[in-house]
Amino acid sequence: MSDEGAALAALVAAGLARLEAVSTLEELAAAEAAVLGKRSELASHQQALGRLPPEQRREAGRQVNQARQALQATADKARDRVRVAERARRLQAERLDLTEVTPGPHRGRLNLVGQTRDELEDVFVGMGYSVAEGPEVETDWHNFEALNMPVAHPARSGHDTLYLDWGPPESTLLRTQTSPVQIRVMQGTPPPIYSVMPGKVYRKDTPDARHTPSFSQIEGLVVDRGITFGDLAGTIRSFTAAYFGPSIQSRLRPAYFPFTEPSAEFEITCTICQGGGCRTCSGTGWIELGGCGMVHPKVLANVGIDAEEWSGFAFGFGIDRCAQMRHGLSDMRVLLDNDIRFISQF
Amino acid sequence: MRVPLSWLRDFAPFEGDPVALGETFDDLGMVVEGLERVGDGLDGVVVARVLDVRPHPKADRVRLTEVDAGDGQPRQVVCGAPNVAPGQLVALATIGALLPGDFEISRRKVRGEWSEGMICSARELGLGEDAEGIMVLPDGLGPGAPFAEAMGISADVVYDLAIEANRPDALCVVGVARDAAARLGLPFAIPDHPVLEGPQPVAELATIAVQCPELCPRFTARVITGVRVGESPAWLVRRLALAGMRAISDVVDASNYVMLELGQPTHPYDLDLLPGAGLLVRRAEPGDTLVTLDGVTRRLGDGDDCLICDANGVPVGIGGIMGGASSEISPSTTRVLLEAAYFDRMTIARTSKRLGLRTEASARFERGCDPEGIERAVARFCSLLAGGEVAAGMLDQWQRPPRPRPVRLRTARVNALLGASLDDEQIPALLEPVGFTASPAGDGLHDVVVPSFRPDVEAEIDLVEEVARHHGYSRIAPTVPSSPYVGQLTPYQRGRRLLRDILAGAGVSEAVSSPLVAPGDHERAGLEGEAIAAVDPLAREESILRTSLLPGLLKAVSFNASHRSPDVKLFEIGHVFRPPPGRRAPLPDEPEMLAVALADPEGRPDAGAVEAKRLLDLVLDAMHLSGARLDAATAPGFHPSRTARVQLGGDMIGYLGEVDPFVLEAMGIAGRVGLIEVFLEGLVPRQRVYVQARPLSRHPSSDIDLAFVVDDSTPAAAVALSLRQAAGELLADLRLFDVFRDARLGSDRRSLAFRLRLQALDRTLTDGEVADLRRRCIEAVESAHGAELRG
Repeated sequence: MSDEGAALAALVAAGLARLEAVSTLEELAAAEAAVLGKRSELASHQQALGRLPPEQRREAGRQVNQARQALQATADKARDRVRVAERARRLQAERLDLTEVTPGPHRGRLNLVGQTRDELEDVFVGMGYSVAEGPEVETDWHNFEALNMPVAHPARSGHDTLYLDWGPPESTLLRTQTSPVQIRVMQGTPPPIYSVMPGKVYRKDTPDARHTPSFSQIEGLVVDRGITFGDLAGTIRSFTAAYFGPSIQSRLRPAYFPFTEPSAEFEITCTICQGGGCRTCSGTGWIELGGCGMVHPKVLANVGIDAEEWSGFAFGFGIDRCAQMRHGLSDMRVLLDNDIRFISQF
Repeated sequence: MRVPLSWLRDFAPFEGDPVALGETFDDLGMVVEGLERVGDGLDGVVVARVLDVRPHPKADRVRLTEVDAGDGQPRQVVCGAPNVAPGQLVALATIGALLPGDFEISRRKVRGEWSEGMICSARELGLGEDAEGIMVLPDGLGPGAPFAEAMGISADVVYDLAIEANRPDALCVVGVARDAAARLGLPFAIPDHPVLEGPQPVAELATIAVQCPELCPRFTARVITGVRVGESPAWLVRRLALAGMRAISDVVDASNYVMLELGQPTHPYDLDLLPGAGLLVRRAEPGDTLVTLDGVTRRLGDGDDCLICDANGVPVGIGGIMGGASSEISPSTTRVLLEAAYFDRMTIARTSKRLGLRTEASARFERGCDPEGIERAVARFCSLLAGGEVAAGMLDQWQRPPRPRPVRLRTARVNALLGASLDDEQIPALLEPVGFTASPAGDGLHDVVVPSFRPDVEAEIDLVEEVARHHGYSRIAPTVPSSPYVGQLTPYQRGRRLLRDILAGAGVSEAVSSPLVAPGDHERAGLEGEAIAAVDPLAREESILRTSLLPGLLKAVSFNASHRSPDVKLFEIGHVFRPPPGRRAPLPDEPEMLAVALADPEGRPDAGAVEAKRLLDLVLDAMHLSGARLDAATAPGFHPSRTARVQLGGDMIGYLGEVDPFVLEAMGIAGRVGLIEVFLEGLVPRQRVYVQARPLSRHPSSDIDLAFVVDDSTPAAAVALSLRQAAGELLADLRLFDVFRDARLGSDRRSLAFRLRLQALDRTLTDGEVADLRRRCIEAVESAHGAELRG
């Protein structure tokens, strides 16, 4: 071996050693520059080739090339090795226990009564109804008289009305039902009418576990040609099943309301015991949900609708009560406390 | 109303399962609120005599008794009743007896003393509500005799029925029996009780006169002489007890019995205590007073009250509501005058409401009794009263109205309203068993005569309901009408839901407060002005209609703070009630508002108004509302120097800021509470607005940063507006990214740093264009606001 050859071999050995020793990409870059770069000894050897006599040049060139290839291959291997090691170091450094991360800002919650109302509205919208709203302060005429409850009608005494210091005595009140919205709808829109009226209503009631002075109700009104009591029964069956679930049955029982005739209370399968009988339903398997009936001809006459041409039905029930039944509220007063611990549950 | 099954059976043969009969009642609209089995579980209960009573050595509340149960073996029984005494006859539940409620009697020790059975109260035997003490039995019974047999008690079922206001006919045993018998196809009959009259004509004994037939269309009286007031027979006492009434004396009991059975209230007077031996019915005059049977002095004559007076015109009773104390039946009564009348329904309702006096009689009269049922009721009374002689004839003043015309009922109408297919034969068959008479009046037509006990039936629709009720609601096939409309929410309703979702998404929860607040609540929240009050509210705490959502929300913040959640973020959407000037409108203004309260107990610099402003920005952006304008302002309840009026599209929509520190102090709330109150209509359009797509530039944008030093009195929004105008349509985005205060800038001055992103749709802006815009922006702000560009 020539001196030249021995020098090259030493160079390669040193270069390989250096490249194999690197542990970071920076060291690798420095080592590559030193071993393989333009100013490296290897580069000087390459440049020296030109000065060799042609018969030696071929062999020498092969040796330099071999050296370069060996060094390059080692550099590439070192790069792979260092990358793997660097990734491992980074992953180790970035290790995170996700269970130590605590909740950040949380979403607010819609009120349970509002959620219930939305869902009930959606059920009726799906059945082709519009949603009608009206004032909570009403005239005696809209709340009572137009609904076939003239002054001193005995049925009024059951309403525990809150009259207001507004206008002549007992002329203005907080609506006891959302029925005055039915009157406003019938006055404002010619039939056919398919509407529900959700909203707050008021009763002069001592607050207890089942009553609050203001609560939410939803009523429905349909006025069309040929509407029957069977339509009322079927509609109640449809929406109770849609809201409470297909296993819930409904039934109608004769009742009395001045604004409907025939009138009925409607009951659904007790949602607690699924009809088996429990304390909530007094062992009957049924829970009373609301009132309904065929719109009284006098009510239709009061809003100028011909009761021979058109007929209709109306129904009403408590939104709060639906929420109570579905979510197991034992005390309704919690609905007006605005206790965030309660609101956040739903 | 409590109705014993045994009593119902006097009128129709009801057999079978009492629960099934209850379901029939339900199905007819007479809702069973309770079904009580009585007289069961009396096996093993015997009559016993108390021989001795002595203290329990270890207990104060109970005593030791020795009783004789007829077997010659005195036994020790521990008894807790205060009324137990030697010599009494009592009901003893012996070892092994199973009392109502499956309560088994066993031999047991009570505080170390053996008790060989239990001495029972009426309640423990299921015989009444009296649980005050043990039941003391009448003398004459033999110790050891089975209790039920000795007392003549047989098992019975009592239904507690809720009768609707339009069914006065069903407020009695006969009415319930009639309805149920018709539904079940059972024969129904009311037994006749002929009156055995004596020779003396009633007119020789008493007189009646009615001065106000419009208040009292029918007034009758019968006189019974030779009465010896005593106790009612046991069977009658028991029926009254089952129906929830206490026995008083045979005369009073008979009157009550007739009311429960036939629905006709009557009133017995001691004729000898009626000066002038007669009754005068007149309208009350102002100043009339009367001490009623309950011992209360009643003031009458403030409205149309119907008074029953003695022959001299001195009140002895309030017609149809309650009798007076002066002519009450007493043990010494020998001559009874029995009043049976029919009063105007509205008169009774008004008087009863005004006096706050509701009685069994008034409840029946105000719903409507049967003026033609009086003879039957009086005859029944006479039949119940053993002894005495009924004078011949009945005094009767009757303003008899013309017979109402039959009601025309159309088969087709019935079917059209019910969705049924009843024929011309079925309809009369449903109506006649409950007392109507239907005669054919042509094809598909019926003329229906309404019985006098059904005042609720006046028109065809009432008969439709009656047909439906007896046909059975459950037999009408359910159908669902198909709406000709596509159901949908209005744009406003959709927008309101979107707004609620945006707020919830931003971490704000929805509150619902009572719109009725207490006096002083508005003032505590810093609010001024007039509010509308409820007349005669039940509770002062809920007597004023809110004029703002602020009181309710602050109460909620305060409530949560006191329950260790001082950092709540709440919003509420609801109506507020504001009297318009002059209070002239038929109804007050009732706008729907949105209010937000953001509590921060530490009062950090970026809380309160700052947080409220950021939330409003978020809401406006999410609702696609631009061009809001804020101007420093003051508003009731708001912080006087951290509040802005919000304008949108030129309309004032509300206020933004934080709660006045004075208000927070008054409410006991710490830190800051950010506050927004706006008209919902301002944020939620009535019409849908569709966002139009804006083309996106494919050319690079250039950012320039400009910081100006301006006076504190110059709103940042004003500087921003100048920049917008100067940059024109090439401005793609503008944001205020830094506010910096320092003494070196001068007092009352601050630096506002803006970043402007410039971009053209059709080209890349040249350096020259950007520089030119930059210069124009600087000039605009400097000249308009006396600003200085900061280095």
